[in-house]
Amino acid sequence: MSRKIVVGYDGSKSAKAALDFSVSLAKAEGGSVVVAHVLEWSPYSFLTPEELEERHKRRGEELERAETAVLKPVVDQLSGSGIAVSTALKYGHITDTLCKIAKDEGADQIIIGRTGHSGLATRIFGSVAGSLAQAAPVPVTIVP
Amino acid sequence: MKNLFRAAAIAVPATLAASAPAMAQSLDQQINDGFANATGWFVSFIFSPFPGTTFPWIVAWLVIAATIFTVYFGLIQFRAFPHSISLVKGDYSDPNDAGEVSHFQALATALSGTVGLGNIAGVAVAVSIGGPGATFWMILAGLMGMASKFTECTLGVKYRNEYDDGTVSGGPMYYMTKGFAERGLPLGRFMAILFSVFCILGALGGGNMFQANQAHAQITNVVGEYPGWITGIVFAGIVFAVIVGGLKSIARVTEKVVPIMGVMYVLTALVILLMNANMIGWAFGEIFRGAFTGAGVAGGMVGALIQGFKRAAFSNEAGVGSAAIAHSAVKTKEPITEGFVSLLEPFIDTVVICTMTALVIIITGQLIMDPSTGMYLLDEGASTIQTVGDNKGVALTSAAFSSAFPAFKYILAIAVILFAFSTMISWSYYGLKAWTFLFGEGHTKELVFKVIFCIFVIIGASASLGPVIDFSDAAIFAMAVVNIVALYCLMPIVKRELISYQSRLKSGEIAKFH
Repeated sequence: MSRKIVVGYDGSKSAKAALDFSVSLAKAEGGSVVVAHVLEWSPYSFLTPEELEERHKRRGEELERAETAVLKPVVDQLSGSGIAVSTALKYGHITDTLCKIAKDEGADQIIIGRTGHSGLATRIFGSVAGSLAQAAPVPVTIVP
Repeated sequence: MKNLFRAAAIAVPATLAASAPAMAQSLDQQINDGFANATGWFVSFIFSPFPGTTFPWIVAWLVIAATIFTVYFGLIQFRAFPHSISLVKGDYSDPNDAGEVSHFQALATALSGTVGLGNIAGVAVAVSIGGPGATFWMILAGLMGMASKFTECTLGVKYRNEYDDGTVSGGPMYYMTKGFAERGLPLGRFMAILFSVFCILGALGGGNMFQANQAHAQITNVVGEYPGWITGIVFAGIVFAVIVGGLKSIARVTEKVVPIMGVMYVLTALVILLMNANMIGWAFGEIFRGAFTGAGVAGGMVGALIQGFKRAAFSNEAGVGSAAIAHSAVKTKEPITEGFVSLLEPFIDTVVICTMTALVIIITGQLIMDPSTGMYLLDEGASTIQTVGDNKGVALTSAAFSSAFPAFKYILAIAVILFAFSTMISWSYYGLKAWTFLFGEGHTKELVFKVIFCIFVIIGASASLGPVIDFSDAAIFAMAVVNIVALYCLMPIVKRELISYQSRLKSGEIAKFH
């Protein structure tokens, strides 16, 4: 049986660790990896009239930047590794969107890095790792 | 001899000190007089009454339009209300479009342009001239105005320009030109030009001078009197930094704080109403009594009606066309969905927020009534009702709220300044859109408008309330004159969209995503 792993990736150091772990897991078990990048976005945020006018254009630019700067290097890097790699690029709330990607892709598990914050900041803002562990439809692995 | 020198030495600085405020006051006075002279003819034309009556034709114009749209679309504002809420919540938004402008965002931005001093100061003006009865007509105008807003915003999205680089431009200028051409009607271009001219004046008037003027009034109310041009220059400087210097951070902060302030304003009003819960019945009684009898106000029942309708239109801008510019950027395949969303705007703005202001002013007993006759006492000019402490405009609202919470004066001052500021930013954008429609796009052309806009901030803060409010009303209503003619001509298009959308909604072709 081939496993499908969704790995949350934003180009950070911890995300790279999560990616490495996913790749080694996929290699060992003969699975595939979906590299998922989420652009934080709320439809309930407030914009100025000028920002509204330019939103469609900016969205295009943001997607292109994410594609070339974040996802493409990963795909290139893994092209010779022998495992099947695909990407997912979405706007939304990070936790909810990762769960949705896992569901849509029919993935078996989600792997993410962690930011290493603890204490006050996490108490106030919550952490992606923590809320994902609560909300995910599939097992979640958090890589230090 | 020595004493004489000493006396002179004391006298000279004293004279200088005395003449400085006098000079400042006279500068304000000069700006005021010059402004009143320059705009008087325009104001008297817009507000001229029907021959032989005191009823201004422009008020009838707006009310008749709102009534026609309400009937033509079969009470759309009530029928579509739940669906509007559903659209704002994003129930019908494709998740794959995340990152585009949502219905909520378009509504919030349009609202921050309309929720402003009209809701705080404008309402105070309305009830102090028209009495509590003005509130009734204001609410009615707000409810009817929802249909006007629905019509204009649907057209705004339908006929917007989408450019190759992904930016969009929309508004009455575009539906006048493209919509008229589509229906084979003449004069579309001419109307678009006329609308743009009035839109620029409206942006400088209600969207700018009125805001600066009342922000200054609010500040002096807290810190004491000082010349208006000082506030004007500070405000103009900040506006300049945002619209010319591209200091987006200030605008962004304002956009985020304004909704919070709006919610806080309504909640405080609710608390004051609850504290006076036993008076709420009486207040509504006063509103109804005043609406149909006038209760001694200048012009009687008609006076109350005119004030109510005028202030509602000025506050929610339904039929004016400004909202059609703000709503045009939304991501939707169905222009009519933005019409549904936009009809919530007059509801929130007028039926909720304006009514709160009016109720608080009435319930806290700011308007002085003769208990023996039940008639309101008028001041010397017999035009406005006497108020406790002789407050006018924003000062009246401030006094009403402070009578329950003394510290609210300061919170309101901050709210007023932020509301004024966000309204100015929105209107500078509307004005700029009209300006570029007339003169074309280009850095220098845009800069000219932005500089003019900033100069008017200073004039607005310096002039006295009377001429400013007259000109502001006149300019905004002039926009409505042109815009409503266009809406009449194009409303069959909206009807067609409505019928098609409703049948697809019924058949399940348009369904919720969640």
